[in-house]
Amino acid sequence: MEAFITFLSGAANYIIPAIIVAILTYAIARRVKVYEDFVEGAKEGFTIAVRIIPYLVAILVAIGMFRASGAMDYLVAGLKPILGAIGFPPENLPMALMRPLSGSGSLGLLSDLVNEYGVDSLFTKIGATMFGSTETTFYVLAVYFGSVGIRRTRHAVAAGLLADLAGALSAVFFCKLLFG
Amino acid sequence: MLNYIWFGLIAISFVVGLITGNIDAVTEAAFESAKAAIQLAIGLIGAMALWLGLMHVADRAGLVNLLARAIRPVARWLFPEIPDGHPALGSIVMNMAANVLGLGNAATPMGLKAMKELQELNPAKSTASNAMVTFLAINTSSVQILLPATVVGLLGARAGGIFIPTILATSVSTIVAVIAAKWLEKRRAYRIRSEPVGEEQ
Repeated sequence: MEAFITFLSGAANYIIPAIIVAILTYAIARRVKVYEDFVEGAKEGFTIAVRIIPYLVAILVAIGMFRASGAMDYLVAGLKPILGAIGFPPENLPMALMRPLSGSGSLGLLSDLVNEYGVDSLFTKIGATMFGSTETTFYVLAVYFGSVGIRRTRHAVAAGLLADLAGALSAVFFCKLLFG
Repeated sequence: MLNYIWFGLIAISFVVGLITGNIDAVTEAAFESAKAAIQLAIGLIGAMALWLGLMHVADRAGLVNLLARAIRPVARWLFPEIPDGHPALGSIVMNMAANVLGLGNAATPMGLKAMKELQELNPAKSTASNAMVTFLAINTSSVQILLPATVVGLLGARAGGIFIPTILATSVSTIVAVIAAKWLEKRRAYRIRSEPVGEEQ
């Protein structure tokens, strides 16, 4: 298993150049002017990055303020008794709440779990599973919708948060089932 | 919904900041986060240009079209409003493949190319279409087989232990994302409202 994981984490280093070469080889065989078309496509990179700026500022400022205010602690304290009733470990509650809001914030929480309980504890395993099972919903929303100027997000937030909830609950469920 | 969540986050921060005496930190965080947002966006340019360039080459070579036709059966159900063989489907496949392989910096540019193509099919330019929300929900729920490099970095060799629960949990979250998106798109509260004239970008 360890060798497998090392292989998987090292694999990306081979996959990326392999994909790049494969695309270019296929294209040049079909007489595509690879250099000219590459440059043509690449010039959009800048415009897209600039276009997402206002959306990212809006989302990151609100989340940054929320984290700095200490409101998260109140939220955790308020939800603890409810979640305790369904067997959700309170130690993993901050991770479940932080995951959709901030990638660096939830990574920090995962490293806190490792430092406090060790790599072999159930809390660390649940936290790592939560981290790996969903993405930073609000960041993805700002970047993806921002890139095409979508301001009215309709049911995107609701669907994204329901998926985060499902990911967090099933992380607890599967980890308890496998390691509990 | 995002309007209320966004307002809520800021209003709660202010009130809690006053109570806890963290208001200085809240103010500082506002400006620090705004700065971080710019750095993040600028930092994306390199990988974005690289992958968008390659995607354009793949497009010209007919690769994107090939992929678009390959996922027709699944796409018909997931994204019924995208016409068969539309280039958006090709970009969506490439985005998902990159996600599955854990190639985060490739997945985002491919996803944004898909969004651009979905936007061409979207009649209301500042409102998300059903296909866009379904696609976004799948992306936020994360579809990957490889563990994030950050987790492997923190847990070291022990990361192998959470390989199976992570795949199970991420499958559940992705299934819930798709079902939620499909179910919610029909609710009254989320119907597409007509846009005021001149609001198109």
